[in-house]
Amino acid sequence: MRYAMAMDTRKCVGCSDCVVACQTENNVPLGYCRDWIVEAVKGTYPDTVQMHFKSERCMHCENTPCVRTCPTGASHVIDGGIVKVTHDECIGCGACIESCPYDARYVHPEGYVDKCTFCDHRLEQGLNTACVDVCPTSCLIFGDLDDPKSDVSKILQEKDWYVLAPEAGTNPQLYFLK
Amino acid sequence: MEEIINVSGRAVPHIYPHLEIWGTPIALYLFFGGLAAGLLFFSSFFYLKGKADTMPMTVKVAPIIAPIIIILGLMLLLYDLHHVLYFWQLFLHFRIESPMSWGAWTLSIIMIPAILWPLSYLDDIIEYLKENKPKCKMIGLFSWANNLIKNLPLIPKVLDIFTKNRAAVAYVTIGLSIALGVYTGILLSAFNARPLWNTAILGPLFLTSGVSTAAALLMWMSNDHKERTLYSKIDLILIAIELFFIVHMFMGFLSSGIAQVEAAQLLLGGPYTVFFWVLVVGMGLVLPAILEIMELRGYHIPIAIPAFLILMGGLLFRFIMVYAGQASGFHIL
Ligand code: SF4
Ligand code: SF4
Repeated sequence: MRYAMAMDTRKCVGCSDCVVACQTENNVPLGYCRDWIVEAVKGTYPDTVQMHFKSERCMHCENTPCVRTCPTGASHVIDGGIVKVTHDECIGCGACIESCPYDARYVHPEGYVDKCTFCDHRLEQGLNTACVDVCPTSCLIFGDLDDPKSDVSKILQEKDWYVLAPEAGTNPQLYFLK
Repeated sequence: MEEIINVSGRAVPHIYPHLEIWGTPIALYLFFGGLAAGLLFFSSFFYLKGKADTMPMTVKVAPIIAPIIIILGLMLLLYDLHHVLYFWQLFLHFRIESPMSWGAWTLSIIMIPAILWPLSYLDDIIEYLKENKPKCKMIGLFSWANNLIKNLPLIPKVLDIFTKNRAAVAYVTIGLSIALGVYTGILLSAFNARPLWNTAILGPLFLTSGVSTAAALLMWMSNDHKERTLYSKIDLILIAIELFFIVHMFMGFLSSGIAQVEAAQLLLGGPYTVFFWVLVVGMGLVLPAILEIMELRGYHIPIAIPAFLILMGGLLFRFIMVYAGQASGFHIL
């Protein structure tokens, strides 16, 4: 099993519902977030200005520097390639934060490091992640890449996509549709 | 002109500023680690060379600084942990791929010889101080400690065994001290996400720099002319090696990908340029080298000046590398 997410940058309207859904679902403390919106404006005013949004979170990379550098094993990979942090093994040293090219982690006010879990507690119950379920434009597509019939496999076959900073070499599993 | 404006929802006060998670404590920790590594290296090395009596400062007295600064370094590291009450998790695991884990274990293991070495020389240290610095206030403290230790159970026996096997200990300590010195660089170089750190040369570079700060300190503390001249020469060689490594570091960056080139530019025209070239390379390496050459040529130069410059240079080097490294990264927007 290899969980992955595709994100349609053409459909996203930047409403931040995914951010709020995650904060609510995962009890993320006020002022913090596990996923976030990036707004990019390109071009020359007034003729060719383009704008698009991306919904970002931990990329659940296949090659995980954050797990390698963790001195305690608090950062680890579970089934499906999901990268998680065991809170009471984490000493808050920040090594994983330094090793993440995507700035996907943050220090929880209680001291441990926290990040997106692909809502593994929901996956266990056969549900989708909270962000996917709440998205009003259905621009987030989640699923198992090992299953060729999953939504995410299909859409990645059909459409052009890119990943962020591929040169960082972590093989990220959050794909952006062009 | 085409413009791109990116706004990230992650740029909120609780998150973005805190992702530059390492700062002063880590820089100091790396500095103390390197200095301790150098002190332990020289004491063991010159002991094995049979210089215990001709170079008492190096072999017997100065090593007392090592455990103190190692403990200080460890305290700084603990202070820097955000989930500090769980720090013991560090010592429940050994993770071969994590430099932080290596460091925690190396530091803990090296603590054993670092503490026992000066303890086993306490008599000599007191004697040395009485002879050379009779006004030193530490003499009383050391004598008190010495008496206390002699009356404790077990410890005198341990020290006895330690003294008898000092040569073996010295070999092990040399290995450990090199590991510690290299580790101070590897701790940073293991992060692919920070291109300025992600170069294998950082390990040898930090080792050299750490050993040279130790040589500078020993040169400063010693009052024996021959010992001082020796460290002057050692420092000159180490400074040359450091400059060589620094040039190679930049050559490596500049022939690499855009992220590495941009990382190098932080120090080549970017915000850290003056700091790096004037304070670290100029004042911390080149100027003390010139002063030491003049000293060796017979000019009279107070030894404290080059020694202080080298120590400051080493400290600032770590600060700059810690901060500039976190300013380097990949384009993720
Ligand atoms: S995005 Fe960062 S935190 Fe997530 S798996 Fe990749 S390196 Fe680790
Ligand atoms: S902060 Fe926690 S999860 Fe991250 S590397 Fe340190 S111990 Fe591991």
